[in-house]
Amino acid sequence: MPARTFIEAIRETIADEMRRDESIIVLGEDVGKKGGVFLATDGLWSEFGDERVIDTPLTESMIIGTSIGAAVNGLRPVAEIQFADFIHPAFNQMVSEAARMRYRSNNGYSVPMTVRAPYGGGVHGALYHSQSIEAFYTHVPGIKVVVPSTPYDARGLLRSSIRDDDPVLYLEHKKMYRSVRGDVPETDYTVPLGKARISHPGTQMTVIAYGLMAHYALEAADAVAEEGISVEVVDLRTLRPLDKETLLDSVRKTGKCLIVYEDNRFGGYGAEIAAIVAEEAFDYLDGPVTRIAGPDVPGVPYNHVLEDWFMVNPEKIADAIRKLAAY
Amino acid sequence: MASTRDRVEHLGESVGLADAELIEMYRLVALARAVDERMWILNRAGRIPFVISGQGHEGAQVAIAWPLRKHHDWIAPFYRSIATCLTFGMTARDILTAQYATATDPSSGGRQMPGHYGSHEHNLVSVSSPVATQLLHAVGIALAAKIRKTGQVAMTIMGEGSSNQGDVHEGLNFAAIHKLPFVFVVENNGYAISVPMARQVAGSSVWERAAGYGIPGIAVDGADVLACYHAAKVAVERARAGEGPTLIEARVMRLTAHSSDDQQTKYRSEEELAAEKERDPLPRFREQLRGAGILTEEVEVRLSLEIQAAVDDATAYAEAQPDPDPTTAMDWVFAERWPSEEPPPWGFGTLGGHAPEHEG
Repeated sequence: MPARTFIEAIRETIADEMRRDESIIVLGEDVGKKGGVFLATDGLWSEFGDERVIDTPLTESMIIGTSIGAAVNGLRPVAEIQFADFIHPAFNQMVSEAARMRYRSNNGYSVPMTVRAPYGGGVHGALYHSQSIEAFYTHVPGIKVVVPSTPYDARGLLRSSIRDDDPVLYLEHKKMYRSVRGDVPETDYTVPLGKARISHPGTQMTVIAYGLMAHYALEAADAVAEEGISVEVVDLRTLRPLDKETLLDSVRKTGKCLIVYEDNRFGGYGAEIAAIVAEEAFDYLDGPVTRIAGPDVPGVPYNHVLEDWFMVNPEKIADAIRKLAAY
Repeated sequence: MASTRDRVEHLGESVGLADAELIEMYRLVALARAVDERMWILNRAGRIPFVISGQGHEGAQVAIAWPLRKHHDWIAPFYRSIATCLTFGMTARDILTAQYATATDPSSGGRQMPGHYGSHEHNLVSVSSPVATQLLHAVGIALAAKIRKTGQVAMTIMGEGSSNQGDVHEGLNFAAIHKLPFVFVVENNGYAISVPMARQVAGSSVWERAAGYGIPGIAVDGADVLACYHAAKVAVERARAGEGPTLIEARVMRLTAHSSDDQQTKYRSEEELAAEKERDPLPRFREQLRGAGILTEEVEVRLSLEIQAAVDDATAYAEAQPDPDPTTAMDWVFAERWPSEEPPPWGFGTLGGHAPEHEG
């Protein structure tokens, strides 16, 4: 089974899907000749040409709004937002339009569109190239939000996202693009949306994470294992629709729950997970539902000392695990 | 600015319309007006809570939609597009069930406010409330038409107030770059709710902005049905021929308040309102057709009775239609139901809910 980097898995999957289904187009800033600023679409323009790989002007609202229209008229757009930080001008199109089209038309219309966006910090990207944006969109019924953490899942989930009949926001942690490698079968497998994965079985505590934090949670789990703390790591993979069953089953088994996310702590996606666990697994809990998340400052600061201070890392997670384990 | 106000021997010939087409266009203008007037009566009678109107826009709406091909081309309309929707295939029943928000309202099954029309069957994109978002949808539809080589044309329509939104610039720029089969129609009625043109449109016109995108901009008297038709025909042909988008600004009038919740005499003078009424496209078109001998007394009486019957039928029909069933309220968030997307603690009951006002 060939090993692939995270970004290779994404690039090859888009190309495969475009070969399979001619209704798929790619559009975004610099996605054409340049192949994207991270090279996620490298080679697509030379294979599929101007009509199916479209360099757009610097207009995020247009990228999403036009993708909605193209989806309404028979295409399956795969839009790239160059950095997730820049999706905010398209918030109205995402939330008022894409998310609501099916509901507001009573199933008269659907928007089979995938929006890919690199997110996350730890790459010297500062305030405007490091943001985690998932909480804005997981709040909105009608958008599916996917955050893969391995090349295998990146491929399987991207296939499912592109083939899905609803708008999918597919978030790629940019620090993982070249630092994460893994086996990727050459078969036409998919990973279903809405299914979490137990990436590390354990008995004493459940750690819930996604994206880059799913890797850091695994590192932390390995570190504390040497100290005799058995941690079960749940990699959510799809944030909405949420696989409540897998995470609640795990918490009911272990009795303790730590939620890890990179975004600002206050009102972040993990707050919803904490609320669900508190409401639905209360009788099984042996300690407070706990979060370890990014500090509540307006962005990831640039200087490496400040960035290190901001970022949740395996050591910080391991520290939180130890505290909760001792409760 | 084109004008067809003068009496001509064969009225439609100058723009390539047969008499039967002119009569049908007149029927649609008159039907839209009658449906619209009925909406206000029902609102004042307490039967429906909200009305947003297209009175004064109907002539332009029918004429501009006319050159498009039904069930082939696309329109992304706005909340005043009653005549547009009727022209593209929706019925008086479809419009009235939307006012009552019934389960059978084809636009949304009672989910949206009145005025938010849409029909996949008729290629009318579902309307939302944030303005100008639909321009990008029409541009995307046009993009898909070009890529798929369907020969379709996509049109979007909005007011001049909406045309100030950033989405308009983003979409026109892209549509012009790629010469998309797209027509942008601005129904300029002079007001963005209460704010007059001078305070919301710099340069006193929208059509001149087309020059910035290197596309044709056309101003047309929105009360002149044939001039509107001609402008739209040229734009649609141009789009279909692969020559790119056109911006049409139709100067229409708003004969009603912005909505049933607005009191327009607070910001518009009686003189201004009286002058607008003089420009009403409905009597003007009627006189034009009468003068040309197309609208005979016999035809006029027949149409009048037909329209009256259609509006009465639509009202009775909508009155009798059921409210949506609350157990359907979570349907169609996504294509499929997800176990984690659960109903609230009160299930699908309306515990403690109050009766709708119109039943009080």
